[in-house]
Amino acid sequence: MSALTAIFMRDLRLAVRVGGGAGIGVLFFLIVVVLAPFAIGPDLALLARIGPAILWLGALLASLLTLDRLIAADAEDGSLDLILTGRTPLELAVAAKALAHWLTTGLPLAIATPLFGLLMNLDMQASFAVALTLLAGTPALTFLGLLGAALAVTLRRGGLLLTVLILPLTVPVLIFGVAASNAAVTGSVPFAMPFTILCALTLASLVIGTFAAAASLRHGME
Amino acid sequence: MPLIDLANPTRFLKLSGLLLPWLAGAATIALAVGLYLAGNAPDDYQQGATVKIMFIHVPSAWLAMAIWGMMSLAALGTLVWRHPLADVAAKAATPIGAAFTLICLLTGSLWGRPMWGTYWVWDARLTSVLILFLMYLGVMALWRSVDDPSRAGRAAAILTLVGAINLPIIKFSVDWWNTLHQPASVVRIAGPAIHPTILVPLLVMALAFVLIFVTLHLAAMRNEILRRRVRTLMMIEAQAAPGRG
Amino acid sequence: MLRLEAHDLACVRGGREVFSGLGFAVAAGEALVVTGRNGAGKSSLLRTIAGLVRMAAGSLNLTGGDPELTPAEQAHYLGHQDALKPSLTVEENLAFWVQYLGGGAPGALSAVGLDAVAKLPAGYLSAGQRRRLSIARLIAIQRPIWLLDEPTSALDRDAQEQFAGLMGRHLAGGGMIVAATHGPIGLQQAKELRLGDTP
Repeated sequence: MSALTAIFMRDLRLAVRVGGGAGIGVLFFLIVVVLAPFAIGPDLALLARIGPAILWLGALLASLLTLDRLIAADAEDGSLDLILTGRTPLELAVAAKALAHWLTTGLPLAIATPLFGLLMNLDMQASFAVALTLLAGTPALTFLGLLGAALAVTLRRGGLLLTVLILPLTVPVLIFGVAASNAAVTGSVPFAMPFTILCALTLASLVIGTFAAAASLRHGME
Repeated sequence: MPLIDLANPTRFLKLSGLLLPWLAGAATIALAVGLYLAGNAPDDYQQGATVKIMFIHVPSAWLAMAIWGMMSLAALGTLVWRHPLADVAAKAATPIGAAFTLICLLTGSLWGRPMWGTYWVWDARLTSVLILFLMYLGVMALWRSVDDPSRAGRAAAILTLVGAINLPIIKFSVDWWNTLHQPASVVRIAGPAIHPTILVPLLVMALAFVLIFVTLHLAAMRNEILRRRVRTLMMIEAQAAPGRG
Repeated sequence: MLRLEAHDLACVRGGREVFSGLGFAVAAGEALVVTGRNGAGKSSLLRTIAGLVRMAAGSLNLTGGDPELTPAEQAHYLGHQDALKPSLTVEENLAFWVQYLGGGAPGALSAVGLDAVAKLPAGYLSAGQRRRLSIARLIAIQRPIWLLDEPTSALDRDAQEQFAGLMGRHLAGGGMIVAATHGPIGLQQAKELRLGDTP
């Protein structure tokens, strides 16, 4: 257990020290949210209707774009070699890294959402519904992205390739995340139905992402 | 005293140390007088007491723009004259500028709440200020992500200057975008026909905000100089340890 | 008694056979120096033992150690990179690896002369100092098999002598060393394995 605490705490520290990326994700999220009205127009009624969708898209891109350094940084400085020779199962080690990453990038996105919801003219209830769905859904994005981060290392390609590989996998999360947010606003479907499916997707992604990322790193050894 | 002496960080630390208490005192007095005058200013016949937000909103909007201007001058100082304090000044000003921009945005949205019925509308002015805020945050992110101050300083200087050139273009585009979509519906407060009972407290508040900025800026510059000294000392310490080479 | 044996080991990287039919045996207290021209597969061999490269053929057995652990889990690989995070202090870097990999022998930093800079960010260290910190990790983590890839490349003469002493102590304590190197690294009575002579 202490090995996992160690890697978790190290990644948290790295994220908040100079050069760490915590905060950039939220900034990127804000910029996407701000750009949307310039493309769509400042019609408040329209923005309120598509607000949850834009917030979700922004959070989705922000979670994935911050991920490409998650494992690549460790691969470049040789840390990954030592992590692989550790006695901790690789699945748990990458899960600890992903958890630390979610706490420093995914969670702030959910926390910032009620504030950014104001820009989309969402009312209190809708903003908090979107924030709640992001709180439940961003772990799924991080753990699916974990697979992408691992693939980026084994394929030695970063950035956009990761996003291209992972974005299709995030479609269900997006569908049920936005559906749950809209359900809270319009009340056409009960909120609980899409929301529980979203939670289920997150739990499944925790497992799939972790095992797939570890398998990808192991098979990538050459 | 020739200006070049101020370029010496040690000299700057000494002078600014002497100056700071006076500046802080002057800022406090100006703020107290400004708030008192603003409190006694008459309410607007349409907007009631909410108009008083203007006494914070407008000066912070002025400063939000003026600080970027100051940073652009400092950026020239970094790139053209290679003044040793220029990038210190630019770096120290960035978070303060962002803070004033944020105050401007927050007060603007609080002010807009009773008028628009919502905290935020995509009004051309507010939107331009929001973009300015994003640019401040971008420069801060740049400073944060590069450890070596001289390298970060040059990059930030270029970004600041490009921002200064682009700000009018952004302002123009946003205005055009906004009027394209909806006619300007916001009550314009500013204008030459402003009554002296409002103008005087506004100017006093502006003076107070400028003094607050100068005080905070000098203090932040001192911190930055000391931070860089600590960094240099740590590097010297690392070099003194065995195993160089 | 710890004993590492390799039989008929082969390694394929990027579709190219790097080496094949390789066999050696190292016992506790022994050192094996792997030599050979560039590209002969010295690094690949070390990475194979460390479990970082898949064996294409052959077997690698460790007897006498903890039967629960693979050879890789009882080995400490010191590669070309130092696995340090520049924004963490020297102490934090070392503490992390000790916590993650296990072990925790005291005095590792002072053994390599870095205790004066323990509180400084690792980013301020020179290449030689970074290498010393890697060696401190080797000592602190106390795994029986040291896999050293060009360990002395960034070290000055003093540090090389110091490191030779540390390696001697490790061997005397029942450890074993497999080192890839071009030049002498101060290991007396080491077995030598030349790679690349037989195609």
